[in-house]
Amino acid sequence: MSSEQEAESIRCLVAKVGLDGHDRGAHVIARAFRDAGFEVIYSGLHKAPEEIVQAAVQEDVDVLGISILSGAHDTLVPKIMDGLEEYGAKDDTLVLAGGVIPEEDREGLKDAGVAAIFGPGTSIEETIEFVRENAPQR
Amino acid sequence: MSMDPDDEALLEALLAGEHRALARVISKIENRSPGYRDLVSELYAHTGNADVIGITGSPGAGKSTLVDKLAEEYRDRGETVGVIAIDPSSPFTGGAVLGDRIRMASTVGDMDVFVRSMSARGTLGGLSTATADAVKAMDAFGKDKVIIETVGAGQNEIDIVRTADTVAVLVPPGSGDDIQTLKAGILEIADVFVVNKADRDGADRTVQELREMVHLGEEGGLGGGGHHGAGAMGGGNGRDEVGEGDDSEDGWTPPIVETVATKGTGVETFIDELANHRTYLVDSGTRAEKARQRYAEEIRTLLREDVHAMLEDELAASGGIDDLADAVRRGETDPYSIAGDVLAPVAACVENLETDADADSGTE
Repeated sequence: MSSEQEAESIRCLVAKVGLDGHDRGAHVIARAFRDAGFEVIYSGLHKAPEEIVQAAVQEDVDVLGISILSGAHDTLVPKIMDGLEEYGAKDDTLVLAGGVIPEEDREGLKDAGVAAIFGPGTSIEETIEFVRENAPQR
Repeated sequence: MSMDPDDEALLEALLAGEHRALARVISKIENRSPGYRDLVSELYAHTGNADVIGITGSPGAGKSTLVDKLAEEYRDRGETVGVIAIDPSSPFTGGAVLGDRIRMASTVGDMDVFVRSMSARGTLGGLSTATADAVKAMDAFGKDKVIIETVGAGQNEIDIVRTADTVAVLVPPGSGDDIQTLKAGILEIADVFVVNKADRDGADRTVQELREMVHLGEEGGLGGGGHHGAGAMGGGNGRDEVGEGDDSEDGWTPPIVETVATKGTGVETFIDELANHRTYLVDSGTRAEKARQRYAEEIRTLLREDVHAMLEDELAASGGIDDLADAVRRGETDPYSIAGDVLAPVAACVENLETDADADSGTE
């Protein structure tokens, strides 16, 4: 029937992973995404990579935003990417990273499959714009 | 009904137990993507095995924490669990923060607990339809227990939990004096009451007040206790079986369970009461009756949505609603006349349809 109303919305998982208790940034992003009309699932603190993968798969999110300020991104992010791959979710999930990530690590994360990295000082509008333009069309 | 090959593959993957396929099917249901109806139609053949439990209560009552403990206990007993957690969405932007997952900590890493957050997208009973369809998907996937969790705020939420076989209402201590318990609505739909945070002051009193309310309802009294949930609120369902439905419903008195969800206290008792209610539903035949009412309501909602969508299209085709609204503003006409005009051709069609239906039934 042609008259069905479609009601698509961009779904995002905002994730805090590893031993890192700083979630102010994640809260700000979650709130800003909500106000942009996205559906945001917030993971809560201190999640293991497997938990993030589980949540991303079950919630079928379009966007996974990982916030890391602990410096462990080189270990944690690839684990998450591998987990997504295992469930066939890597290719059509837009993975973003935020937090304190040094310039020299960025190339490696991008090679692992992270689409963009938003460091300190990024404007929220920029992030939202990026998500709108790049969220996978399924 | 013919299915899109992609959807066909998706359905097969779901039935084969692939988590991502289940997640994707629920997304399709939520988005009302093209073809989702055929998909859900196909799901129906594989459903009917799951027990569906609805859990509701005020914000902060401890629903998510209790659901988490419930899922853990079911898993210990070797049963698989699906959870649908519903949170409100912003009426302004449509955005939402779905936070129930944070509390689901006991079962992380266990893919046999499938937690799905949904927001109150859409309008006009759309969410209860989407919830019912998502329940079907989890049922077909093979979940033994499906738990629907939602804030008990209004009619919409009540419609949602009524898609469950058994409804538990969480009442935190100190939820107001006993006049509150007489209020119609949320307390009437309970099959089981849970006084969560039972270690807090005032828990005894809350239990006492609920007990009085339940008794008042039992005596056929004024308040209408929890047991009228399905019978009285069916919304003008079947004409002939109403009396019988009410009678069998009277056989159940909603128990009051005390829990401390954060510590897991009372969860086993809660599960036992849920099981008791299930046994009661099956033995008394109420389960079939409830299912019938639920499907009647689903059919009604679908028809309403479809007709609504058709009319919206029709309106859009004939210049949109804005011009009509402006005509009312200018005092040239009124909403009732417009509704009548718009509906006139539909009414004509429906009359034709009725004669066709008569002809059909004549041949059967």
